[in-house]
Order: sequence, then C-alpha cells, then structure tokens
Amino acid sequence: MNLFKNDADFKMDVLREVGNIGAGNAATALSTLLNKPVDMAVPTVSFIPFEEIAERVGGSEAVVIAIFLRVDGDAPGNMFFILNREPARRILQGLLGFNAAENDEYSELELSALSEIGNILAGSYLSSLADFTGLHMSPTVPSLAVDMAGAILSYGLLQFGTMGDDALLIDTTFLEGHQEAEGHFFLIPDPESFDKLFRALGVPI
Amino acid sequence: MTEGTLIKVGMADLNIAEGGAVLKTTGLGSCVGLTLYDPQLRLGGMAHIMLPTSEIAREGQVNIAKYADTAIPELLARMKSKGAVTGRLVAKMAGGAQMFAFMGGSDTMRIGPRNVEATKQALEYFKIPLVAEDTGGSYGRTVELNSQNGVFSIRSVQFGVKEI
Repeated sequence: MNLFKNDADFKMDVLREVGNIGAGNAATALSTLLNKPVDMAVPTVSFIPFEEIAERVGGSEAVVIAIFLRVDGDAPGNMFFILNREPARRILQGLLGFNAAENDEYSELELSALSEIGNILAGSYLSSLADFTGLHMSPTVPSLAVDMAGAILSYGLLQFGTMGDDALLIDTTFLEGHQEAEGHFFLIPDPESFDKLFRALGVPI
Repeated sequence: MTEGTLIKVGMADLNIAEGGAVLKTTGLGSCVGLTLYDPQLRLGGMAHIMLPTSEIAREGQVNIAKYADTAIPELLARMKSKGAVTGRLVAKMAGGAQMFAFMGGSDTMRIGPRNVEATKQALEYFKIPLVAEDTGGSYGRTVELNSQNGVFSIRSVQFGVKEI
C-alpha cells in the first residue's frame, strides 16, 4: 500500500529531513544533559506493518522504557522516546550519579528523571520542527511506561489503525560513542498531518 | 498441527488451532486477545482485536480481524467450518489495558476499555459465554491458548504467568 499518491520518494526524503532536524536538536539536548557526546544515525522513514515497528526495539515482548507524548497543534501525531534497560541504567547513572536500578524495579526518582529526560528531548525535537515548518506543535505531558514494546507502541498506531495495517514511522537511533543504540526516537504523525507538513514545507501534494 | 506447535497470531489478525497446537499473541496493550474454544473438538480460535468497531474504518479493504464487531463473526465462521457448534463454545479474553493514564478524557486513549466493551457485546450477540477474563489495568500482556485443554495463560512483566 502506498501512502502518498505522487512523488513518494521525494516525500520520504522530506520526512527524513524532518526527523534529522528534530532528532539532531534532541541529540544535542541529551548530550548537554549527560555532559558527553551523543551521536545519532541518519533517520529512517518507513511505511511498515504494525508488527514490524516493535521489531525495531527488540520485538513485541521486549521490555522497554518508553516515554510517550501526543503532539497537539497543526500537525498532530504520536511521539515515543524508547530506551532498552541497559542504556536507561547508564543514563540514570550519568545523571543521578549513583548506581540506579540494579534489578528491574525503578524508584520514583528514577522514573521521574527518565520522564523529564523524555520531556526535554521531545520538547527540543518538536520546537525545532515547529521552527522549521512554521507550524504550531506542542507536546502533551509525557507519560512513562516500563513494559512490553508491543503493548506500548500499539498506542501510537491507533490513528493509522482505521486506515490499514501499516504506519509511517520516522525512526532516529541515538548512539553513545561507538556503543550500540542508546535509544530510539519514534515520530508517527497522524495520517492527516502529512499534507499539512508538506504544504508548510512547500512540497507539492 | 501436532501437539506443541505454536501458531502466532499477529496484531489485527486471527487464527484457529487444534490437535494440541498453541495459539499465541504477544504484547497486548489496549488491544484485546479473545479466544473461543470448543472443548469437544479441542478446537481453539484467537483474535488480536485492535479497535472496537468497523464503523470507524476508512481503509479500502477492511481487515476484518482488526475490529471487534467483524473479528468475532469471522472467527466463529472459521471454527464452524471445522465443525464447531456455537452452543458449545466458551470465550476467554485478556488485554484492553490503558497503558498511559494521563489523557483519560480523550476517546482514543480510552480505547482499551472500549475494545473490551465491544468484544463483550459481540459475544453476547452470539450468546457465547465469557467464562474468564483478565482485562484492564495499565500493563501489557502476552497470551496463549492451548487447544488441548482450553487453558488460557497470560504473561505480564509485573505479575508473571497466570492461567485462567
């Protein structure tokens, strides 16, 4: 199935740039927060079956830490900042300065710190996107969950759910030094938001 | 299908199993994992329901496994074609959680409870008794139905495995 009637490749490129700008700013914010370099991979933009989205973060049953927020405004959508348990531990260690979350239990402080990180990153992602497009976009209060990836991500797919069995995902991976993926930034604009994004960026629809 | 065979049911998907095969669907959040079981034939069916009603569908070719009001009739038909009798069937279900609490007001965010409601309505319509359920809460679930004995097991991160 095709989401875009014409110029699909070009439109995917534009969305990749959207991810690049948003996540670039978020990576800078994370790097400032942790006081160490944070790299990001080139964003991937894909129109993929619901099932495959959870595969990006270890599979439907993989336990992840996810910060979810809804994007309100001109081009609504869903945003997730997803961490696996190891990187989350390292981030907390760097931020709070003590050995956090030895087992699978997280304290109130740790959860609140992770939630705040998500808030800051999503805020910088969205504000750069809003500057770039001239569209009004604001994040809702972030909500944090530590649970199965499939259960969490399905929330971001409801808007696409009525249209088909695939969703458009803008996925940016954060890397810490040369280590493997630190986290993922998922932006899943609502189906209705694409025309608005393209119009704002001067892309013929 | 032989004993121990695992049949995976994806998101917005349904399937049936017999001869001891196990139906499994993973990572249910707001989605509902509904199972039907005919104890006499040792025949089971499972649907991973994502949305309550096909009235909201805007897709050209509606995926009938996705919506409670279309998935249940389809699952029923598939089981009947294998010889199941509606009067013998029992239903079990799990899922319908509200993973994120903060936006309680919006309809989209209440999707879990709405999926549960719609599933129950459809079961009532076909007069299939719901004998066990593990729904609601704010956590994800992975479920399995054993076609050998109709045992429905539910795994969650917080609570481990339980059978209903």
